[in-house]
Amino acid sequence: MRVLVCVKRVPTTGGRITLTPDAQEIDTRFSGWTVSPHEECAVEEAVRLIEAHGGSSTVLTLGPPAAEEQLRDALAVGVDGAVLLETDGSEWDPQETAAAIAEAVRGLEGTGGPFDVALFGNEAADTGGYQVGVRVAGALGRPCVTGAKGLEARDGTLVVRREAPGGGVEVLEVPMPAVVTVKEGINLPRYPSVPGRIRARKKEVARIAPQRRGPRLRKRRLLLPEGEGKRAEVLGHGPEAADRIVEVLRSVGVL
Amino acid sequence: MILVLVDHDGVGPDELSLQAAAFGRRLAERAGDGLQALAVGSDARGAAATLGAHGIPVLHVAEGGELDGGYAPRAWGAVLARAVERLGPAIVLAPGSDRGQEVLAHAAAELDLPMAANCVDASPGDPFVVLRQRWGGTLLEEAELDGPVKLLSVAPHAVAAEPVDGSEAEVRRFEIGVDPEAFGVRVVERTEPERGRVSLAEAKVVVGGGRGVGGPEGFRVLEELAELLGGAVGCSRVVTSAGWRPHSDQVGQTGTRIAPDLYIACGISGATQHMVGCRGAKRLLVINKDPEAPIVSHADWVVVGDLHEVLPAVVAAVRRARG
Ligand SMILES: Cc1cc2nc3c(=O)[nH]c(=O)nc-3n(C[C@H](O)[C@H](O)[C@H](O)COP(=O)(O)OP(=O)(O)OC[C@H]3O[C@@H](n4cnc5c(N)ncnc54)[C@H](O)[C@@H]3O)c2cc1C
Ligand SMILES: Nc1ncnc2c1ncn2[C@@H]1O[C@H](COP(=O)(O)O)[C@@H](O)[C@H]1O
Repeated sequence: MRVLVCVKRVPTTGGRITLTPDAQEIDTRFSGWTVSPHEECAVEEAVRLIEAHGGSSTVLTLGPPAAEEQLRDALAVGVDGAVLLETDGSEWDPQETAAAIAEAVRGLEGTGGPFDVALFGNEAADTGGYQVGVRVAGALGRPCVTGAKGLEARDGTLVVRREAPGGGVEVLEVPMPAVVTVKEGINLPRYPSVPGRIRARKKEVARIAPQRRGPRLRKRRLLLPEGEGKRAEVLGHGPEAADRIVEVLRSVGVL
Repeated sequence: MILVLVDHDGVGPDELSLQAAAFGRRLAERAGDGLQALAVGSDARGAAATLGAHGIPVLHVAEGGELDGGYAPRAWGAVLARAVERLGPAIVLAPGSDRGQEVLAHAAAELDLPMAANCVDASPGDPFVVLRQRWGGTLLEEAELDGPVKLLSVAPHAVAAEPVDGSEAEVRRFEIGVDPEAFGVRVVERTEPERGRVSLAEAKVVVGGGRGVGGPEGFRVLEELAELLGGAVGCSRVVTSAGWRPHSDQVGQTGTRIAPDLYIACGISGATQHMVGCRGAKRLLVINKDPEAPIVSHADWVVVGDLHEVLPAVVAAVRRARG
């Protein structure tokens, strides 16, 4: 089995987000970088599929040279190969991102054979476009299931479980090759081991220069929503505050 | 014309579709345009009365054959794509539900049009400008959306669904043949949610725990308090990543959005990705040993201290108060 997993490098924002003075970006001078939890789970799912069925997995990202860090994170937990679609770091919209990924997949499949499963996050952590996986599936003429919370491969078929509207679970079946977008909760990702990290450092990352068609959803500026900054009433310190808490519970009508 | 994609449960339209309708009405007034709806499956006809009452005079229904056989994402996307071609809307609005995003993405892929997810506002014109959510709503983006037809999904709870005076929508059958292959992905099985348990999304009180709880056993006292108050236990991502609680308990951007009357957050620092999940909480009580934790700036009340000492005292005090 061959499995592809796509991740996107995003800043790790903590308790507060600060914008750059031109309101074009998040100020990342003091932050690290990561990928969406959905994508961490997609990476874990790729590794598990290969552990269960044999074959090889590939992680792919479209981003600046520094996005190699996110590829190595995936290699460190057991993904076999990595591909970087290298950009100048400016923002690509979901439509052009999907077109470039689909093009790269065609190239990779031309030499290595088809990917039975291509995994994506349900939505990117930062831009939340909710579409790249579906568009790649469309471009490659493959079936697609979004929002997977469970995934099993049986005799050429993928059985996908996900949340149903109004609660509960719905099950969908698709023939492989297929595209699946994943939500956090599908699994509990492992942490990289030290030998895993060392192995990841030595691996080759394949580089491709993607063709750009130009964004059709163009950011003008970022804004922070209003309504932050309440002044909290301090009820007290330590267990002595318990009676004040009971008063609060009464006042909001939950006791 | 502005076309609203409507999802329904066979009885009526869902809440997020009605929010999309309200968003559509606002745009229609601004652009001096008409509003119509599209739904799939003959049981969608039952939505006509409610949609009419929400200001939509015309409901197109694609029905018959495989279209009546339940949800099939690509087929529904194909129906929407054909509707864009044949009904000629200037704007398409989808509800900000998983299905709404999915169907709109399929249509966008098929039509090779750009799509803007989770919009909270839009200004029709040239350029067409949308205000949309990033980072699950922590951040907003003002963006220009290209394309001869604008495809938008409406962020949940950005606009309230409000009935206006309107008579039942006129139902028009939308004749369409969909490629049988598009039905290849379809829901084959469905299990109902567990009954009897207070669901996190709907709980009136949520007692949430973060890294400060220290381990799975530490949650026992949170469970006790939640039970006393008839609420549910929530947690941060640090907790689920460590395997202390199942992911279904996680509050936040990649977890559950909660909207209780009271959220009691214990040992949680208040990362932006956590806070977008509890923005719907009416009141926030924080228990944290750090009075400077970011979550304090969102709180109504704070207790500074070790949750392992505070919570048992609270449980005891609640029991006493109950008598
Ligand atoms: C794209 C993305 C999506 C994410 N989605 C989510 C999400 O859905 N939900 C989510 O929660 N996180 C999410 N995160 C993670 C988030 O950024 C934070 O890492 C996480 O919320 C922090 O959890 P925490 O507050 O429990 O831990 P910490 O940040 O470590 O905070 C622990 C807090 O506990 C306090 N404390 C410690 N001991 C005690 C004690 N004994 N008594 C009282 N207080 C104590 C400390 O003072 C501190 O404030 C996401 C991150 C990314 C990048
Ligand atoms: N720049 C990128 N590089 C690789 N994969 C991406 C990129 N952008 C988005 N994706 C993938 O597509 C998913 C959905 O993205 P989006 O539709 O933009 O929300 C993400 O979770 C990733 O798996």
